[in-house]
Amino acid sequence: MNIPKSFLGYKRENGRVGTRNHVIILPVDDISNACAEAVANNIKGTIALPHSYGRLQFGADLELHFRTMIGTAKNPNVAAAIIIGIEPKWTKRIVDEVAKTGKPVEGFSIEGAGDIETIMKASKKAQEFSIWASEKQREECPVSDLWISVKCGESDTTSGLASNPTVGNLMDKLEPLGVHLCFGETSELTGAESVCAKRGKTKEAQDKFMKTWSDYNDFILKEATDDLSESQPTAGNIAGGLTTIEEKAFGNFQKIGSRQFVDVLTPAEEPTKGPGLYFMDTSSAAAECVTLQAAGGFNIHLFPTGQGNIIGNPIEPVIKLTANPLTAVKMKEHIDVDVSKILSREMNLDQAGDELIKATMRVANGRFTCAEALGHREFVMTKLYRSA
Amino acid sequence: MASTDIIIHDKKDNVGVVVIEKVAPNQTCNCWIMEGDGSTTVEAKNEVPLGHKLALTDLNEGDTIIKYGHDIGKVVKSIKKGEHVHVHNVKTKKW
Repeated sequence: MNIPKSFLGYKRENGRVGTRNHVIILPVDDISNACAEAVANNIKGTIALPHSYGRLQFGADLELHFRTMIGTAKNPNVAAAIIIGIEPKWTKRIVDEVAKTGKPVEGFSIEGAGDIETIMKASKKAQEFSIWASEKQREECPVSDLWISVKCGESDTTSGLASNPTVGNLMDKLEPLGVHLCFGETSELTGAESVCAKRGKTKEAQDKFMKTWSDYNDFILKEATDDLSESQPTAGNIAGGLTTIEEKAFGNFQKIGSRQFVDVLTPAEEPTKGPGLYFMDTSSAAAECVTLQAAGGFNIHLFPTGQGNIIGNPIEPVIKLTANPLTAVKMKEHIDVDVSKILSREMNLDQAGDELIKATMRVANGRFTCAEALGHREFVMTKLYRSA
Repeated sequence: MASTDIIIHDKKDNVGVVVIEKVAPNQTCNCWIMEGDGSTTVEAKNEVPLGHKLALTDLNEGDTIIKYGHDIGKVVKSIKKGEHVHVHNVKTKKW
């Protein structure tokens, strides 16, 4: 198959390209959710991103909170952003960073004004942004403007056999065209960690990966009461035939094909070493992981599932594929690409990879994913430890 | 080409994955070995559902399960060729 050289995207002020054109209303903290949701309800063409945290956090946990907030608003799938927080200082910190991209952004703080006045002021600005964004047109952009993140969920043995290798096939084909790629799931590489580390392009990247994984493993050994057998693999994984974390890890690892990773990113960190594959230190919980990858600047997501994970994201379209023939039928409304014919040998990996590339380009051009049509907007902050 | 009942990733693997709705006891299963595109057969001893594994050889307590050509855990209860391999007879080596 000739891989399309371009897609239709939204060119942003800083040179990045979006596959979507959202105007977001982003609360800085949990108690500003109501305000943000009221604004999004008032002004059509905007979307609120409520979440659970943002108060009394400190140290690395607070830095991650800011990185996720700022990265989400900076993401090229976001045309413009309204930031609403209880206090002016943290709100301003986010606004100032997002403004550096050149996109329209404005902050509002609730303290001293109350919800109603804040909602009124923010709604007026949101209306301005929404009308402005509605005139943006898609333009032809090189395929290298795609930043593709990947994460699998509700995996079963069909994931490792077929749907994850299909993603790997896509990576093998698209990486030479200069796309950015990202995989994560630190915990779910357990058992395959040393094999994965060897995929680092440089000794530095390899060492960084092993340190990241070991830090995670030390934490598990410290906190686990017995073992993780109730959590990893999950009950859904076990029902699907996955027996151990090692089996899950080697299946998971198939997603990167034969690629090597350029660098290791901290959670929600934007890659800066040019095109290629990056490993991001993330949770393996689907919504947390995709939220972090979107905050890292990735503009389209591939999500292989076995038993049928249903996740979506408010700003990054999530394309789901499965090789499980039962899931493909029973959960049809969640599955964008069915590669179950690999198992019956009616389709090979090369063909499946091509099908996934076609679907990815269509979604990049604006086609709704199943999750978008169903209204899945899971926006979940990763919290590192208890608050002060 | 006979239809595939079981897929084996790697020539070194000692388990294969059922890719039809289920295999029945005494069923002779057609296996596709992905690495090198080879074929073999194995007789199932238990009913094994889609996505679950079946032993390709007799395995004793303490043996290592190989899948994707890699170590994915240890046998904690001996397994006969053709039997269902899962959490009741295999455990992680981590934790």
